[in-house]
Amino acid sequence: MELDVALLSRLQFAFTVSFHIIFPSITIGLATLIAIWEGLWLKTHNPYYLQLAKFWIKPFAITFGMGVVSGIVLSYEFGTNFSKFSEITGAVLGPLMAYEVLTAFFMEAGFLGVMLFGWQRVGRKLHFFSTVVVMVGTWFSAFWIIAANSWMQTPAGYKIIEGRFEVESWMAVIFNPSMPYRLTHMVMASLITATFVVAGVSAYYLLKKKNIPLAKKGLSMCMWFALVLTPLQAWVGDLHGLTVKEYQPTKLAAMEGIWPAEEENVPLLLFALPNMETESNDYEVGIPGLGSLILTHSWDGAVEGLKAAPPEDRPNVPLVFWSFRVMVGIGVGMIGIALWALLLRRKDRLFENKPFLALVALFTPTGVIAVLAGWYVVEVGRQPWIVYNLVRTADIVSPLPAERVLFTFIMFVIIYTLLLGVYLYFMRKLIKKGPPGMDELERQMIGMNAPGYALAWVKNLNSDQSGHQQGDK
Amino acid sequence: MDLALFYFLLLGFAIFMYVLLDGFDLGIGILYPWFGEAGERDHLMRSISHVWDGNETWLVFGGVILFAAFPVAYAEITSTFYLPIMLMLFALIFRGVAFEYRFKSDTSRPYWDLAFSAGSAIAAFCQGMLLGSLVQGVPAGINSMSSLHWLTPFSVLTGFSVMAGYALLAACYLYMKSRGSIQKHAAKLGVRLLVITLLAMVAVSLWTVVSQVEIRERWFSGYNFLWLSPLPILTCIAAAFAWKYLHAGRAAENHTVAESRTFAGSHTVAESHTFDSTEVAGVQAVDPSRYESRPFWAVTLIFLLGFAGLVVGLFPYLLPRQLTFMDAASPDSSLLFLLPGVCIFVPLICAYTFWGYRVFAGKVEDYQEGY
Ligand code: HDD
Ligand code: HEM
Ligand code: HEM
Repeated sequence: MELDVALLSRLQFAFTVSFHIIFPSITIGLATLIAIWEGLWLKTHNPYYLQLAKFWIKPFAITFGMGVVSGIVLSYEFGTNFSKFSEITGAVLGPLMAYEVLTAFFMEAGFLGVMLFGWQRVGRKLHFFSTVVVMVGTWFSAFWIIAANSWMQTPAGYKIIEGRFEVESWMAVIFNPSMPYRLTHMVMASLITATFVVAGVSAYYLLKKKNIPLAKKGLSMCMWFALVLTPLQAWVGDLHGLTVKEYQPTKLAAMEGIWPAEEENVPLLLFALPNMETESNDYEVGIPGLGSLILTHSWDGAVEGLKAAPPEDRPNVPLVFWSFRVMVGIGVGMIGIALWALLLRRKDRLFENKPFLALVALFTPTGVIAVLAGWYVVEVGRQPWIVYNLVRTADIVSPLPAERVLFTFIMFVIIYTLLLGVYLYFMRKLIKKGPPGMDELERQMIGMNAPGYALAWVKNLNSDQSGHQQGDK
Repeated sequence: MDLALFYFLLLGFAIFMYVLLDGFDLGIGILYPWFGEAGERDHLMRSISHVWDGNETWLVFGGVILFAAFPVAYAEITSTFYLPIMLMLFALIFRGVAFEYRFKSDTSRPYWDLAFSAGSAIAAFCQGMLLGSLVQGVPAGINSMSSLHWLTPFSVLTGFSVMAGYALLAACYLYMKSRGSIQKHAAKLGVRLLVITLLAMVAVSLWTVVSQVEIRERWFSGYNFLWLSPLPILTCIAAAFAWKYLHAGRAAENHTVAESRTFAGSHTVAESHTFDSTEVAGVQAVDPSRYESRPFWAVTLIFLLGFAGLVVGLFPYLLPRQLTFMDAASPDSSLLFLLPGVCIFVPLICAYTFWGYRVFAGKVEDYQEGY
């Protein structure tokens, strides 16, 4: 069989970037939650907040580590596998990513050391400050990379000179039409993902009757967050969809499974098997008119369908169609959970209702799945273009020997599968182990309450020699 | 000043920072097999676990500066060196995750040890090969992606040289950050690695001078060598300096160990401490942390000079004999946009990186500290 470099490079990129996004979508949200808990602890001195922060900082650390190592791969993959793409878009995307490194990655990395290892070395306020800086760093990182990606979706502010992109207006490049929506939607997606991870683990503890106070606090807070965030997310998602309709009509048609070149009275399809050969859907089940209502805000608004674009300009419809349904389905499920929690709260049974707790525990990983599904909609729906309507993906792949890409692709699959297994194993281990006990926290707090004292103690240890500690061990 | 030149210098700065910072932390992994006793590896790992992420970020920075300021060079270099780069990335993945998982593991610890040390060594070796094959030059055009031009005797030599250099940096770092038997061991390894690194530098220099006409001319035509002679001379001075202090450290520690034996464990902390700091082979009574950092700075100087020598040979090429930085540069609109970011953030990054090292200043402690 003839191996196709373009296909292999795309598969490899899709695989590595999908692996990467699992971790940022948790860390962005979790960093925010940890900063909130640490801040609340400083304010209220309620030790359970500290316990929450100190417990979740460990899963945070391993997730962050995975995000870093998989991210470094991506920043080189643009060049290794898509050399022509880097050449023609480097002047636009390069500076955006350079700003990401300057304003985000260094900040995260620089303050992470203090956040993780500095509890005894700096004062409480300074430690809190470091946590906040790490949190802000993850947001900035999302800002720049989403700007870059959105520019590829809805390019603006550029001119093409000798086949290469140059920038006319950086404001237009950064705040391109889809960027504000994508950024909001993505950052909220991360917050939701982390919220449901924390809620799921708390529910699991409640079911197992372990670490009850911590779990109650965690679950209750997370359900409040979810109640605010999930409906907002659906609303933002709807607005996001309207920009897609305006700028990428073919993608929207694939998301909704609309084939006729122009259709009025679009139904909202709940189930269908889009068939790219017959250019129609098999086994359609839908609610008449609702699609038009959502997309055009009138029952018989007209929407452009897939046949408006020639077949070679259409993305893989079933993949886009189903990814979209997975994401929205999970989103609706999450809204349901948040509302159920509200109901139970009023009856004061939030922490006792077994089916509810089981469902929340089941929802632990769904945030990540929704994020992945959402990105598949965005990215697969953009095909066959890499820069929408301007550059075709097939034209920009590095002319590497196919076996070489096959080799690295197989290596990535093996290594990442292994790593994912290890990651899940250690997550499980940390969750099984549970939070640090109150006595342990108290011991650690002596150092934190008097950082000067602790620092002096450390300094003393420095100038003493090691005989003491070896004795202690 | 010329914008493209500015970014060329910035790229050089980023690469140098990377080599220096990740150099010592990859080097710790390379030295790993020489530290096998209980607790020693924990100690090595602790000495860098709070800084490795920041250090590796310089690699990302180098990559994106190349991407942003010289997209053509980024595209050419990364795709022609596809395999060594991918290999390096695989290795970096393994060593990176080892930091998180090693301390949390019980039964799997030997695997994480292996992942860390093999990952560090392979990453360093790949970087050395990249350097070597860049110096040698790359075949032009489509061949460049399908041939194995990066695998030559010369690039293997540079691969090992970079490994030795990183290990040397690590030995000096450990010498500064540890005490007792580990420190002594580090000093001993450091002396050997210093010799190996210098020999490697000589071998690589001679080889390039003999085989590369352009580089030979750059160094030896006219009075050039006279102007450039400070590079080798200063290198020798720095090396002698590093040698002296590492050697002194080795002797002093021997002394201390002998001393503690005579005291048969009954000595007080204070005594052995004063001993350390006052009588180190004739060095005057100074704060130990002051002279213990000297080998590291001396070796840093050696690296800087070696790097300068490299730039002298290759300037103004990004891809030797094919692509200069002027030809590869992005349009001014992009370079100007990035300029304020660089001018504001690079100094800021240096400042808080420095602060981060200050927070964890002093010797590494062997108690569990942190999250
Ligand atoms: C919206 C979020 C988001 C998205 C879409 C991406 N990333 Fe990412 N990335 C992050 C959010 C993030 C983060 C939260 O900032 C991470 C995760 C863990 C971390 O250390 O930072 C990160 C880490 C991270 C690192 C390591 C940083 C370091 O050394 O500290 C690199 C090089 C990249 N990413 C590069 C990329 C590239 C090239 C992407 C696109 C193809 C990409 N990321 C998508
Ligand atoms: C982080 C979440 C992301 C996910 C899960 C994701 C997913 C994907 C997938 C599935 C593809 C393959 C599409 C196909 O070939 O059919 C792809 C391609 C690609 N994406 Fe993304 N993507 C993400 C973010 C980004 C970002 C932030 C950028 C750029 C700034 C980006 C740039 C690209 C490029 C360059 C390709 C390769 C060429 C192509 O096949 O189109 N992606 N991505
Ligand atoms: C419930 C209603 C939701 C709606 C109507 C919705 C709508 C959308 C739309 C239209 C897109 C595609 C935009 C494009 O192609 O450019 C998208 C993308 C995305 N969705 Fe959703 N979404 C919903 C829920 C969620 C949830 C619950 C999550 C995750 C927790 C999520 C995560 C994402 C992500 C990560 C992307 C890709 C990045 C982006 O464009 O922001 N979505 N969403």
